[in-house]
Amino acid sequence: MTALAQEPTPAIRLRALGRRLLMSEYLILYLCIALFGLLFLIEPKTASPYNIKNLLSNIWPLLVVAIGQTFVLIIAGIDLSQGSVISVTSVLGAAFIAQSANPIIFSKSPLWGSLLSEGGGVLNGSPLGIPVALAVMLVVGLAIGAFNGIAVAFWRIPAFMVTLVTSMFFGAFAILLAKSENIIDLPDSFSAIGDSFGINGALQFLSIAMFIALGLAVIAHFILRRTVFGRWLYGIGTNGRAAVVSGVPVRKVIVLTYMFSGFCAALASIIYTSRVQQGRPTLGEPFLLDIIAAVVIGGTSLAGGRGKILWTIFGVIFLTLLSNALSLLNVAYFYVAIVKGSVILFAALIDVARRRIALQAV
Amino acid sequence: MTDTLLRFEDVSKAFFGVTVLKGVSLEVERGTVLGLVGENGAGKSTLMNILGGVVRLDSGQLLLDGNPYDPAAPSDADRAGIAFIHQELNLFTNMSIAENLFISDFPKRRGLPLVDRGRMRERARECLAMVDLDVSPEVLVERLTPGERQLVEVAKALSVDARILIFDEPTTSLTARETERLFEIIGRLKESGKTILYISHILRDIMQLADAIAVLRDGALVAHGPKASYTVSSMIAAMVGRDLKQLYPDRTSSPGTEVALEVRQLSKAGIAERIDLALHKGEVLGVFGLMGSGRSELARIIFGLDEFDEGEVRIDGQPVKKLSPTRNIRNGMAFVTENRREEGLLMEATVADNLSLAALPAFSSRLARAIRSKSLATAVSGSVEALSIKVNDAFHDEAKGLSGGNQQKVVLGKWLMTKPSILIIDEPTRGVDVGAKFEIYEIIDGIAAKGTAVLFISSEIEELVGMCDRIVVMGTGETLATFDRAQFDREALLRSAFREHVA
Repeated sequence: MTALAQEPTPAIRLRALGRRLLMSEYLILYLCIALFGLLFLIEPKTASPYNIKNLLSNIWPLLVVAIGQTFVLIIAGIDLSQGSVISVTSVLGAAFIAQSANPIIFSKSPLWGSLLSEGGGVLNGSPLGIPVALAVMLVVGLAIGAFNGIAVAFWRIPAFMVTLVTSMFFGAFAILLAKSENIIDLPDSFSAIGDSFGINGALQFLSIAMFIALGLAVIAHFILRRTVFGRWLYGIGTNGRAAVVSGVPVRKVIVLTYMFSGFCAALASIIYTSRVQQGRPTLGEPFLLDIIAAVVIGGTSLAGGRGKILWTIFGVIFLTLLSNALSLLNVAYFYVAIVKGSVILFAALIDVARRRIALQAV
Repeated sequence: MTDTLLRFEDVSKAFFGVTVLKGVSLEVERGTVLGLVGENGAGKSTLMNILGGVVRLDSGQLLLDGNPYDPAAPSDADRAGIAFIHQELNLFTNMSIAENLFISDFPKRRGLPLVDRGRMRERARECLAMVDLDVSPEVLVERLTPGERQLVEVAKALSVDARILIFDEPTTSLTARETERLFEIIGRLKESGKTILYISHILRDIMQLADAIAVLRDGALVAHGPKASYTVSSMIAAMVGRDLKQLYPDRTSSPGTEVALEVRQLSKAGIAERIDLALHKGEVLGVFGLMGSGRSELARIIFGLDEFDEGEVRIDGQPVKKLSPTRNIRNGMAFVTENRREEGLLMEATVADNLSLAALPAFSSRLARAIRSKSLATAVSGSVEALSIKVNDAFHDEAKGLSGGNQQKVVLGKWLMTKPSILIIDEPTRGVDVGAKFEIYEIIDGIAAKGTAVLFISSEIEELVGMCDRIVVMGTGETLATFDRAQFDREALLRSAFREHVA
């Protein structure tokens, strides 16, 4: 027996390190850093202030809506209607505050004469315009979420079915309301929500959207980790029947969770609408898969009972970075979808590998 | 003249460095029933899993008919004529009986990859006849009772012409009549020359069925011999390695006079009929009934899980307007359900999360219902210690890794953390080994001594007689009789459950 014999070989050490990395909560964060580094080598523009600002402005709204989805996935549900909530609230919000509206385009809209007219939105110019528009957007998000929750909890329709239906319904409704057109000419004070505070220096990386997203993340984290409501979510997701027997007001909690999800989607819609400076009836459509992908890449389980806000933050950063990379490299749209699909598959494989290692460790 | 069919020679097995079997040598005679007993974790399942090709042994060997037998996969065991009838049935409930019987080897039309349904039905009918199951092979398994499903499993073993049948706790979900029927069939299988390995916690059944008995403790064979050399109590002594002088703790308290829970004329069509019940503080009231007597259903109604038509439930003399688990828990009620896997535990959550689930509101601040983590953690650790739950790290280990007895203690602990004044327990010792049973009885006695009213529902007369102050007998949704402790008599209880009048 020599001391040398006890020294682990480099191969064993490497394997142990690989295992530790794979099991780490921060794995996705490490991957983000690696991806960023790799991109920087290929395309130095990646680290330019302009691109960083662009990255951040994509991260904030996605994070907001993904936090809502995280809650729903933890109770073993799914919310496919978030994209439509973004679209329909975008149109409704814009219809309150647009500074003008083209009668040739909008005179056939159901909103014409009530919310929209030749003079723009009904509250155009009013100091109450923006607050009312924001409140209406959030209330509509909450209401659609409440409908989803009631259908899941009380009528016992599977969440996938319910939210697929509300997704189709409100997606089409948004297009109907706006007659397939974007409601443009929104006031500058509204656009300020998504804009950064400055053109250069540190200020260019800060925005109202950032404070909204980070504030929401802190609150959501607190709810999940430190409140009775949060612990109930995990209980329901792990075993709904045992939760009922243990006195958890399961149906109430389910409804509140879907309401929160709708609220988050509406909040994200405010940020997106402000960034594109128009009420767009197809605004949320492309985001739905990104939202679910980001949450799942972070490590939250589709089977319920497992998920964290921190994981979702990492997942959102990773997915945004990936999209950014593909657009910087000028990759065609269909390749983007192929790459994103592969990454989601990769995330699922990591999840399986982690579980296997966790089982072995017992 | 003995005729050894199966022989274990010095079989050892370890998982992750923990020895679960150490040098087990055992012979099984052809055409006999071997009863295999031992506490949970004694190594019974591992031994059978080695035989069934589910796990491989580390050292030693198996001899089948004198030839070495070393199955690498369950299919090897199939080919050797060894069939494993699992505790949790492995049937596809959405498929027909016939499809289940031939799932691994459908009869085909000659040379074609098409199922010959006619021949499948015919062969299925033959197999079902062998187990006396008079049901069409076309019937979906989901429509069968647990007992009938068990028989389908047996038929499946017969369809592949198994020589050795392993039964692992086959009667846990069967009614008394279904159990009797199963025993009859096991007897017949034995006569036709099949060899049977029978694992059970129900020692009476072992005494009735087995020709020889083997006792495992901590992975070693501690006793083996013909049935005649055993009694139930000598089996228990061998299992636990010490003389259990008593199976039940001395009741340390007597019931109070104040009524904690009262049920008046509670009715629900087809389930309960005008049930009256009064449960006193500090009392352990037993509810005895056969399967389908409505005993568990009554508990579910009282706790607010199921609806009822008429009647009234009073807690501390106050009528409760609407029953729901949330409200009942606030009123001091707690309910240990009969099926801990489905309704008792969060299997994939930590022991700590399980223990705290019901008591969370009590450990939260008014503002935002934030959890007071420190006092909650202290309470969780206290409860792990008080109930001596065997777990390495309650805040990290998942509930599914615990043994049955410890899982049940976690369920009890969850409710004790709510400091209940009324505790309803339904089959609290099902699937729990002898040693842990005693601990659970002690916990129940301790709760009652502190003044909690306990409603103890069970299908085991013994434990009710051992633990209760009074026993109510239920049958077909009615209360049939009430016995005081002084009048406890096993036979009288059973007769009244079967609605036979005591002479």
